[in-house]
Amino acid sequence: MAADLTTYDPRNLHLPEGEIMRSGHLACPGCGAALGMRLALKALGPKTMVVIPACCWAVINGPYPFGALDVPVLQVAFETAAISASGIKAALDVQGKDDITVMAWAGDGGTFDIGFQSLSGTVERNDDIIYVCYDNEAYMNTGIQRSSATPYGAWTTTTPAHTPKAEPKKNMVEIMVEHRIPYTATASIAFPEDFVRKMRKAQSIRGAKFIHLWISCPAGHKSEERSSVKIARLAVETGVFPLYEVEDGVHYTINHEPAFTDVTEYLELQGRFRHLDESQIENIRRNLEWEWLRLRAKVEMGQKVPSPPAPVKAKVDEGAHEPRGE
Amino acid sequence: MRMVLKGNGAVAHGVRLARAQVISAYPITPQTSIIEGLADMVSEGKLDAKFIKVESEHSALAGCISASSAGARVFTATSAQGLALMHELIHWAAGARLPIVLANVNRAMAPGWSIWTDQNDSLSQRDTGWMQVYCESSQEVVDSVIQAYKVSEKVLLPTMVILDAFFLSHTYEDVEVPEQSMVDGFLPPLDLPQKMDLERPAALGNLVFPDRYMEFRRKMDLAHDLALGVWEEVGREWGGLTGRSYGLVEEYRLEGAELVFVTAATAASTARVVIDAMREEGIPAGLLRLRVFRPFPAELLRGVLAGRKKVVVLDRNCSFGHHGIFHQEIKSALYGLPDAQRPPMYGFIAGLGGRDIRPDDIDGMLRGVWEGRITDPVSWWDVLEAKDPARAAVVMA
Ligand SMILES: Cc1ncc(C[n+]2csc(CCOP(=O)(O)OP(=O)(O)O)c2C)c(N)n1
Ligand SMILES: [Mg+2]
Repeated sequence: MAADLTTYDPRNLHLPEGEIMRSGHLACPGCGAALGMRLALKALGPKTMVVIPACCWAVINGPYPFGALDVPVLQVAFETAAISASGIKAALDVQGKDDITVMAWAGDGGTFDIGFQSLSGTVERNDDIIYVCYDNEAYMNTGIQRSSATPYGAWTTTTPAHTPKAEPKKNMVEIMVEHRIPYTATASIAFPEDFVRKMRKAQSIRGAKFIHLWISCPAGHKSEERSSVKIARLAVETGVFPLYEVEDGVHYTINHEPAFTDVTEYLELQGRFRHLDESQIENIRRNLEWEWLRLRAKVEMGQKVPSPPAPVKAKVDEGAHEPRGE
Repeated sequence: MRMVLKGNGAVAHGVRLARAQVISAYPITPQTSIIEGLADMVSEGKLDAKFIKVESEHSALAGCISASSAGARVFTATSAQGLALMHELIHWAAGARLPIVLANVNRAMAPGWSIWTDQNDSLSQRDTGWMQVYCESSQEVVDSVIQAYKVSEKVLLPTMVILDAFFLSHTYEDVEVPEQSMVDGFLPPLDLPQKMDLERPAALGNLVFPDRYMEFRRKMDLAHDLALGVWEEVGREWGGLTGRSYGLVEEYRLEGAELVFVTAATAASTARVVIDAMREEGIPAGLLRLRVFRPFPAELLRGVLAGRKKVVVLDRNCSFGHHGIFHQEIKSALYGLPDAQRPPMYGFIAGLGGRDIRPDDIDGMLRGVWEGRITDPVSWWDVLEAKDPARAAVVMA
């Protein structure tokens, strides 16, 4: 079935009016990460603080003394996005400022690879932050090197066309789900209302929230600038990037049933897949089928398994407390 | 209130009295009892703070950096491997001009694994822009933690409060723990001039082009210059409140001393005993204890050491391929003196990996130099020397 791209008329979108991101940013034309941030902040509103580690967005926001966002931004070391958000949240808490949303905004490299440990720590502690990974499927800021989010078969400068990436993409969403955080979701810049809804839902939940946002990158995917939204939509409609959300580590909801357009429609628009032969493309198709079987099985599992029991706080018996000796 | 505290307990009480608001820390021997003590204080409500139990030292400092950027008074503690793991963020904290206080329990770096004291861990962070204070006693530890917040918040530089593994971290001493009300008067709540603020949204930590970067670094260096005076001022103010004054260095029996022994941390306690005995014998020896190492009190040291007959420096550290680190730093400070005023210097590298430095060792160094038997500019002390150094140099074990 061909994807129906005509129903998504941007003029019919219902999105929050306010703009927190200004026009004077430094993103490349067609950058999905710029569109993603614009939507994310529309959703969260002005009572938000943003953490940005090393990644394209560290540049997009502008050099000193500029900034493209009308909310406080803290740029941090590459591997520290999650804990940096935790630290800000803790500081706000002790100052009694409990109505501010703290969002970490990191690339796939900063999330799947170098920031993985810190992210795991933050979500295991269930710190009250929203972590958004904007995923362009490579280290783009340093010139398109592979990350563990790079899909099978893709060209990057460290996986040249005659030996493209041989391994499948790491499934970050499932890793987050297994931390039993209250809310995990995937999102796409081609489905802005869905993305905004998910950001707002995340904002309404206490604890650690993880949003995996797929974005296009014309420079890194070798695609046309004007096709960024189309490619993002095809990622969903071909089944390459399912739109779903998971609550309490167990309840799966698929938010958009894809058309399952043949994957070649998606691959052909991106030069990073140009070298693939039919057997490699067939391999991608078989893996997609397998991934979907797995995802649907999880949806079923979530219908049978209830939410985990609510945590119980330990009762403190003042008398029994034995202070440690100095 | 008088309490019997080990150095680590003194750190925890200092942090409590300073009313740290966010603690972000990870355990490592011999630092652990600092954060266990703080965990108890937070759990019992004696310290109104958030304790983020992070998954690594790297995150420990990253959490402090962001919490401090959002306006909280923060604390972390570590040792050796943990401090080394923090290194990228050690630079970050200073570059971002955040008044973070970190207690480092000096521990030797692996391999081979060692949990015992030496100073190579903290001295490897010398050029990061942090201030460093080396403590000799539990009393000095509790006092220095509180002073560190005051100085850091005035000059907007982070401070490392440093104590020897075991010799100080785990040795119980009688300590006068200050009253909270007195500390509250001394150290007002933190009010950072620039922080993450919804009213004044700004981007902190952006890309800086070459036309601006150097100015940021120049300001850091100026802040260090300023901090020299602030440490003295704050040490005097503390003295006025508690009867315990502190300076950048501590001078012991330096009147008329021709032979000056220079060292830092707990080795100074041992040296005092030796100096007393030598003075009894009529040898004109004195002690200079380094306390604040960054900013480096070069001018003060020049003044104190000018015209002495001989200066002996004990380093519990080594910059491999050169000298002990305190030795090289002091030597560079004395370079500006006229020849007649500039004393010859003798450096000893001793006590690495926690090897004991006994009174006899210090006595041996001082007498050897005083009597002219030791003339080498740098000596390794109390070390088994190989018969064939050229061969030994390339054999590991
Ligand atoms: C510790 C450290 N290692 C390496 C780098 C260099 N570096 C900066 S951004 C980046 C890639 C970022 O990739 P990703 O997180 O996917 O974000 P993107 O650039 O694609 O937006 C790298 C490798 C760094 N800043 N810090
Ligand atoms: Mg990327």
